Amino acid sequence: MRHIISVLLENESGALSRVAGLFSARGFNIESLTVAATHDSTLSKMTIVSIGDDGIIEQIVKQLNKLIDVVEVTDLTAHEHIERELLLLKIDVNSITQADIDKQIDDFSAKIIDVSEDTYLLELAGKSQKINDFLATFKTTKILEVARTGVTGVCQNRENN
Amino acid sequence: MKLNGAQILIQSLKNEGVECIFGYPGGAVLHIYDALDLSQEIKHILVRHEQGAVHGADGYARVSGKVGTALVTSGPGLTNAVTGIATAYMDSIPLVVISGQVSSAVIGNDAFQEVDAVGITRSCVKHNFLVTDINILASTVKKAFHIAATGRPGPVLIDITKDVTIAQTAEKSYPDTINMRSYQPEVAVEAAQISKAVDLIMSAERPLIYSGGGSVIGNASSELREFTRLLNFPITQTLMGLGAYPATDPQSLGMLGMHGTYEANMAMHEADCIIAVGARFDDRITGNLDKFCPFAKIIHIDIDPSSIGKTVSIDVAIVGQVRAVLSDLLQALKGKKTAEIANWWAQIDKWRSKDSLAYSTKTGVIKPQSVIQALYQVTGGEAIVTSDVGQHQMWAAQYYPFDEPRRWINSGGLGTMGFGLPAAMGAKLAEPSRDVACVTGEGSIQMMLQELSTMRQYSIPVKIINLNNGYLGMVRQWQEFFYNKRYAMSYMDALPDFVKLSEGYGHSGIKVEKSADLKPALIEAFKQKDKTVFLDIITDPTENVFPMIAAGAGHHEMLLASKDKMQSTDDEGLNLV
Ligand SMILES: Cc1cc2nc3c(=O)[nH]c(=O)nc-3n(C[C@H](O)[C@H](O)[C@H](O)COP(=O)(O)OP(=O)(O)OC[C@H]3O[C@@H](n4cnc5c(N)ncnc54)[C@H](O)[C@@H]3O)c2cc1C
Ligand SMILES: Cc1ncc(C[n+]2csc(CCOP(=O)(O)OP(=O)(O)O)c2C)c(N)n1
Ligand SMILES: [Mg+2]
Repeated sequence: MRHIISVLLENESGALSRVAGLFSARGFNIESLTVAATHDSTLSKMTIVSIGDDGIIEQIVKQLNKLIDVVEVTDLTAHEHIERELLLLKIDVNSITQADIDKQIDDFSAKIIDVSEDTYLLELAGKSQKINDFLATFKTTKILEVARTGVTGVCQNRENN
Repeated sequence: MKLNGAQILIQSLKNEGVECIFGYPGGAVLHIYDALDLSQEIKHILVRHEQGAVHGADGYARVSGKVGTALVTSGPGLTNAVTGIATAYMDSIPLVVISGQVSSAVIGNDAFQEVDAVGITRSCVKHNFLVTDINILASTVKKAFHIAATGRPGPVLIDITKDVTIAQTAEKSYPDTINMRSYQPEVAVEAAQISKAVDLIMSAERPLIYSGGGSVIGNASSELREFTRLLNFPITQTLMGLGAYPATDPQSLGMLGMHGTYEANMAMHEADCIIAVGARFDDRITGNLDKFCPFAKIIHIDIDPSSIGKTVSIDVAIVGQVRAVLSDLLQALKGKKTAEIANWWAQIDKWRSKDSLAYSTKTGVIKPQSVIQALYQVTGGEAIVTSDVGQHQMWAAQYYPFDEPRRWINSGGLGTMGFGLPAAMGAKLAEPSRDVACVTGEGSIQMMLQELSTMRQYSIPVKIINLNNGYLGMVRQWQEFFYNKRYAMSYMDALPDFVKLSEGYGHSGIKVEKSADLKPALIEAFKQKDKTVFLDIITDPTENVFPMIAAGAGHHEMLLASKDKMQSTDDEGLNLV
């Protein structure tokens, strides 16, 4: 099953490679990984999407907790949570009608953020599934470039942050 | 007063109570060596290879229970140390290894003798630090010792750039305590888990205690004894746990696993309740997981939650220090009545009567098992025994019953050939008044032979028991069983004359070729209290280690002696190594 694991860790040099190294050394899978500082400059938040059965996810959580720089690990999937991912998509708009494009964009509430003679740059934030669905509405030949941030997320209640 | 970084480091080590450090100098650590030499307060053992330094510190740590320390230079000094660090990591041994690093200004430039030390060691340390600022040097040392020694112990590397050792700053007092929000190793034992465990224990009809390295590392030997005796349960111990419970006690079933006794492995297979105490269900123990402990409910006590449920699913998990958990269990069990287990003991005695460690004694050759038995007799079972890796290691574990913890020192998890001799050196330094024997093979000893020179320099007397079978015996055994007797590269021609070699290093040596000479030679060797003696004992080259659970088999499918036909192991089994 797909799990979103949120890791709060010391903002130390090397902390990211400890986590990434753990996943490769133990053969855990990483679908995506995002990391950035938090409002507390001494802490970073990392969000990892991984796929595995319950036993594997349990090991991932335990092994992450074992890392000395890790302050807190939360399996968001085990809680009410919100996940978001950002997509930047460059498409070739030659031979697509304006009406078609507008519909696609409207249906997903995507945004046009840059326009050139024959390309659009689109922006969409949402669950990964929504982004997959959005991408699927374009012919692959029309997709010039895809840049996704990977998932980040938070728990909805106050206790788990 | 102003101190340079090197002096601050040495001060910090003294504050941590370091008495002895193993190391080897080089450009990046010259300032540290200068400060070490000037201070004259920490004994430094100049090894002959950095791997020997880390194994030496490791042997010291395993015997003393303190944190072992080693000091190496950058680049090749660090890479040579890596095998030692990984060895300690696999067996959860507390070490602080200090490595020099090129100056921070040139890091990343492929500077002379630069390697990414924290990168290279990341997956085989509990934690590591790169120190590029003198102001955090002392607190980093404090953290390193704290991390190494607490929770599940392990090696910690501190990589210090040369400029930090040279820079100066005002002397500050060393921190007494350290608090790290991201590292809280002390856990309260959960009462609910204790009571679940008590319920299982009281109703068990075929109980078995399976104790491991955690009982030794956690200094829980006396609690383990009290617990086992109170319940009158049988107990088996892993290779790493030997001695925590006395092997000569009637409740002890000996070692379990691949080369464990028949009674221990059969009891594992038939048990209805297993109490795992500081043991990690390693593959040498479990064999084929599908056939592992089919009838048992399992209670698992471990300080590291990631050890619990990693390979085997657990019924009652208790996270905590072995000592604390066993004390709580003892408290909760006092005055309670457990189920009647007389039938279980009767069954165990039947298995025991198979005498699975019996071996055939041909005349004319020295049986390796008999060497270990003679060693036991001559030392009165009181020696510290270190070992290398191979058949001799298994025989030492099987035929030298350890009655006390921290007497049996070997590399179990990584299985590092070359560990035995430097570890013996560290062991002797940790406990100078006790005899130390290094049981080794002609293959293993040649991996760290150069430390004989260190032992000469510092007059560290160890008795080297070389079970010389002329083969990489453990490899040969597998080739005999699983590769149709094709002995690819397991025979080493052109062995040195070990006696002359030992003499060349300034020690003495005795070659033993006849059974009759064995005991007198051992007695003679141990009589020479302050000398290192190399006993080169020519043993049966065809002998195999039994009992054996072949790869892929279950505990109840073990082979008892060479006359048992080795069932063919399929590819899936061989994948298990
Ligand atoms: C050639 C060869 C053959 C081998 N054959 C066998 C064999 O037949 N039988 C065998 O047993 N082994 C054998 N081994 C060793 C094997 O590879 C493992 O090293 C060993 O089984 C692990 O022992 P352990 O489970 O006690 O774990 P250890 O590696 O000692 O781990 C200790 C466990 O206790 C926990 N712990 C540590 N401190 C504490 C504490 N204070 N409180 C609570 N928990 C704590 C740790 O988290 C860990 O889970 C062999 C090795 C070699 C090289
Ligand atoms: C550094 C290292 N290399 C290779 C091995 C694989 N190995 C395990 S046992 C063994 C043979 C050891 O031979 P020897 O020291 O003569 O002991 P014996 O088995 O003959 O008693 C080998 C090569 C190892 N454990 N460690
Ligand atoms: Mg050999």
